[in-house]
Amino acid sequence: MELPLLHLALVGTPNSGKTSLFNALTGSRQKVANYPGVTVERKEGFFVTPLGRQVSVVDLPGTYSLRGRSPDEEITRDFVLGKASGETVPDLVLCVADSTNLRLTIRLLLELKRTGRPMVLVLNMFDIAARRGITVDVERLAKELGLPVVTSIAVRKGGTADLLKLTDEISAKLAAEAEDNSWRALSVAELRATQREADRIIADCVSLPARPDTWTARIDAVVLHPVGGLVVLALILFVMFQAVFAWAQPAMDLLKSGFDMLGEFVQATLPDGLLQSFLQNGVIAGVGSVIVFLPQIILIFLFILLLEDFGYMARAAFLMDRIMGGAGLHGRAFIPLLSSFACAIPGIMATRVIDNKRDRLTTILIAPLMTCSARIPVYTLIISAFIPARDVWGFINLQGLVMFGLYAAGIVSALAVSFLIKFFMLRDYAPAPFMLELPDYKMPRLKSIVIGIYTRAKMFLVRAGTTIFSMMVLIWFLASFPQPPAGATEPAIDFSLAAIIGKALEPLLAPVGFNWQIAVALIPGMAAREVAVAALGTVYAIEGGKEAAEQIGQVLATKWSLATALSMLAWYIFAPQCASTLAVIRRETGSWAWMAVTFTYMLVLAYAASLVTYNVAVALGAG
Amino acid sequence: MTDTKDTRPHMPLGLAQRGYTGVIQQLSARQAGSALSDIELESRLIELGFVEGARVEVLHEGLVGRDPIAVRVDSITIAVRRREAMAIIVA
Repeated sequence: MELPLLHLALVGTPNSGKTSLFNALTGSRQKVANYPGVTVERKEGFFVTPLGRQVSVVDLPGTYSLRGRSPDEEITRDFVLGKASGETVPDLVLCVADSTNLRLTIRLLLELKRTGRPMVLVLNMFDIAARRGITVDVERLAKELGLPVVTSIAVRKGGTADLLKLTDEISAKLAAEAEDNSWRALSVAELRATQREADRIIADCVSLPARPDTWTARIDAVVLHPVGGLVVLALILFVMFQAVFAWAQPAMDLLKSGFDMLGEFVQATLPDGLLQSFLQNGVIAGVGSVIVFLPQIILIFLFILLLEDFGYMARAAFLMDRIMGGAGLHGRAFIPLLSSFACAIPGIMATRVIDNKRDRLTTILIAPLMTCSARIPVYTLIISAFIPARDVWGFINLQGLVMFGLYAAGIVSALAVSFLIKFFMLRDYAPAPFMLELPDYKMPRLKSIVIGIYTRAKMFLVRAGTTIFSMMVLIWFLASFPQPPAGATEPAIDFSLAAIIGKALEPLLAPVGFNWQIAVALIPGMAAREVAVAALGTVYAIEGGKEAAEQIGQVLATKWSLATALSMLAWYIFAPQCASTLAVIRRETGSWAWMAVTFTYMLVLAYAASLVTYNVAVALGAG
Repeated sequence: MTDTKDTRPHMPLGLAQRGYTGVIQQLSARQAGSALSDIELESRLIELGFVEGARVEVLHEGLVGRDPIAVRVDSITIAVRRREAMAIIVA
């Protein structure tokens, strides 16, 4: 008889290694609802136990208690209590603890026990604890706590064998174990009592080494130095952006020539006509020009995941708290804003860690100003076409420098907007507290990083394959129909629907130096920013014939003035060019009004920035 | 000035300099002037391990106004602003 699916839930404090245990258990068999932030979205995975039981496991957001003081923590509480709508009550709760740091987890566990759910304590990172000279009397701990305790090394092959075996043993006798839920919000006195009890249990069962981890202290002496720490942070960000621009190039060139070859193959094989044009100009040139940016997206996520796993992100928040506080931002906003460099969507979702409503709203409003990876294709294209690739001061690549400048412009304007919000809209307001655990540093583990990058790269490709593909087909259609009358001498695209739409919009955009081809490209760019590049490719490919399709950058260099190119860059720093971001803002703020506010203020900024840039550039002779 | 453990005056952790070590004597949220309610602030501090008897050491300070501070609490490190640290009475 087939047994029903066994439901597990992972609960633990932040930094307990929950996510790496989740990855170790389920590998790539994960279902991430929508976009994954760092454990802010519902992540479910599947695996099979040694005895063949099918198991589903949900990775719940990290929490220190069940009080539910933020939306994230409420999810965890409701899930464990079986109150979350549409969710099954977990059959077994796995409370995950960092073996090197049991104090806060044991307190949480004592609170969790009151829910009456069958539970197991998983002592994760047991190898690191052993190496640091921490010994845990596992049997005694199990006896004191009154529940099974199992050790695991999530990042090592076979490191979860004991946990899998235990899951089988427990699932066999689960039905008998259900207890009543006696949990209710703890009073301060009860909290204190549970922490005392946890400290007593730890004193009995855990022996700490005479010397604490010295590596963390040594690194922190530099990284958290009031001045040195900020220099290190700036260096890390600078290297990150240079890397994204320079290191990704060879892989991008390879992808590009691959798509070019595919396009030539189609051109050579198929007869001239609509099908050939559709495949070569619509599908291959369009989707290809977006997929080319996969290496850069992988690199930026690599950096973010590495810093996160290493334990640096919390330090960055510590360093930036007061500096961002000057602009009216909370230190915790640093992590969501840094994630927004990859994509504003996980960034906006990660604002759930900010429990103060007003801090959260400000962060959401400015998150789209952080230069997301979807802008990289647009920036790269224009920079490589218009900015010479020479070195300044002997060692800094000028193109990389312009890129850095564009990122800096995004950051500065985000801080300015936040400051204005603080100044005009939300004046009578006391700053929310900043309390954050600074975890010990840990070597990032390859497997976790690989799985993290894999899920994100997959999402990007799926988007390229669906949203972007359908937009490209639409653009190709608009740019190809109606067909020019027989004997027409002008380029075919001049007769198309795209030209009609573009020319209708042109008067509005002429003051900022945009021609009708740009106007056409901006429309599908609403679906996803990077589509604008593909759309420009399609528009100019159809207009200019086959040679143009091969080198869109060169085409732009001949068709646009420098002033137009700079204006386009300025536009893209601000433009609300992403429908999915707006949709997420609507969802996370629960308000159409805030979505409209975001759209309007960004559009106004974009237009103003482009207007100034274009006119200054023209005045300086770049028109 | 005798500065031994027994006679050290009680003071809020929020006023402590870098390098200060001491033991938590009590939590007094009313002294903090935090945006949080007294109960909420006290609850959060306890959840992060700030309980009576815990040994604390101020490890690092931020650049602007020497704020926030990174505090070693027994075996873990917590970052907290001085405003909230005013609720932690140490000696």
